[in-house]
Amino acid sequence: MAISGVLRPGYVQVRVLDMAAALEHYRDRIGLDVVTTTNDGRVFLKAYDEFDHHSIILREADEPGMDFMAFKVMSEGALDELHEKLLAAGVPVEEIEPGDMPAVGRRLAFEAPTGHRFELFATIDLAQIGPMVNNPELWHAEPRGMRALRFDHCLLYGDDIDGAKALFVDVLGFSVTEQVVTPDHTVIATFLSCGMKAHDLALVRHEGKGKLHHVSFLLESWHDVGHAADIMSRYNMSVDIGPTRHGITRGQTIYFFDPSGNRNEVFAGGYTFYPDHPVRTWSTDEVGKAIFYYERALNDRFMTVVT
Amino acid sequence: MAVHHTIEVEDCGTRFRCPAGEGLLQAMERLGARSIPVGCRNGGCGLCLVRVTQGAFKAGPMSCRHVPPGHTDLGLALACRIYPQSDLRVRLATDLDRQVSRQSSPEGQNGR
Ligand code: FES
Ligand SMILES: [Fe+2]
Repeated sequence: MAISGVLRPGYVQVRVLDMAAALEHYRDRIGLDVVTTTNDGRVFLKAYDEFDHHSIILREADEPGMDFMAFKVMSEGALDELHEKLLAAGVPVEEIEPGDMPAVGRRLAFEAPTGHRFELFATIDLAQIGPMVNNPELWHAEPRGMRALRFDHCLLYGDDIDGAKALFVDVLGFSVTEQVVTPDHTVIATFLSCGMKAHDLALVRHEGKGKLHHVSFLLESWHDVGHAADIMSRYNMSVDIGPTRHGITRGQTIYFFDPSGNRNEVFAGGYTFYPDHPVRTWSTDEVGKAIFYYERALNDRFMTVVT
Repeated sequence: MAVHHTIEVEDCGTRFRCPAGEGLLQAMERLGARSIPVGCRNGGCGLCLVRVTQGAFKAGPMSCRHVPPGHTDLGLALACRIYPQSDLRVRLATDLDRQVSRQSSPEGQNGR
């Protein structure tokens, strides 16, 4: 028996102010491929090493931020079980018909106590051009830009992270891998994994609801993180911090911004998590190292800049 | 010779030159000044909100959460999206400016 129930992050829908600028960023710089565009103007993209039809959806809007984040579930049966569990926990669930989103089957949508909208789904078409499976080469054609391998996780800001954590852990079967705790035992940041990654979702306590801190993409190596930094300078992209490392998860990282002010991350590394591992805890007096291991201090933007 | 405009930040009296076509905040940061807080630099986070008290400018795309429609005409804008058309005087947004923008900003919609 290995991972069952919720498998991994599936897709995220991000609002952008200007689609042309967003496409240059996500397609040409980060290196995602455009899969399809819907009649309402939304653009669906994926990273070259992802099997599923899409992982990033861009929607043009007056305000940046995140519309929703979705997790892929093992099977339709497992989706039914999670539906029951959500209802039993008193969480209102909206069921969305198959086909409402290109390539995706039935979806369950709910709002977390932090005000973020999440979805669960079990069925999605394989991408037409996904990773090879017979005598698999590394890729069909050499990847572009930062050569992102996959959409990896989101860090979200909201008020009731205790409630959201309880929902993800008790109802959806996630594990807490790491956390930041104040002297009076308030959890101000929690890192949640549904599989063997150091995190699939992270939550930070913040006044207000439904904020996006960053959408993160996995790169192959620390060398690729350096290559990404070269691209950011070459194209005068807005960099937040990095290259550096996180104490939490140990990922080697750069935070930067898309042309609408949504923060992105590219990172490599991070430890492997097993569900029997103890929770790793940072105290607030070491939070600088926890977030930025080399700088050993938060920058102002970490707590204040969200969309 | 590229056209430059002189920007003055009233709160601290700092002056710097912004080439035509460059964002006010980007020019400030490139010259090493720190008068206006720098966030995303791309019109999303609201950190660099200022009120232009004198001069003409064009504005790039800005989050309606921080600058509701119509408010740019009253001088409210995100410094990272201000493209000066003349010399400008600006001041940092006050709590009142932020309150006004919050009250009149439309509710964020959840698209499907
Ligand atoms: S710095 Fe974020 S809106 Fe200008
Ligand atoms: Fe991250």
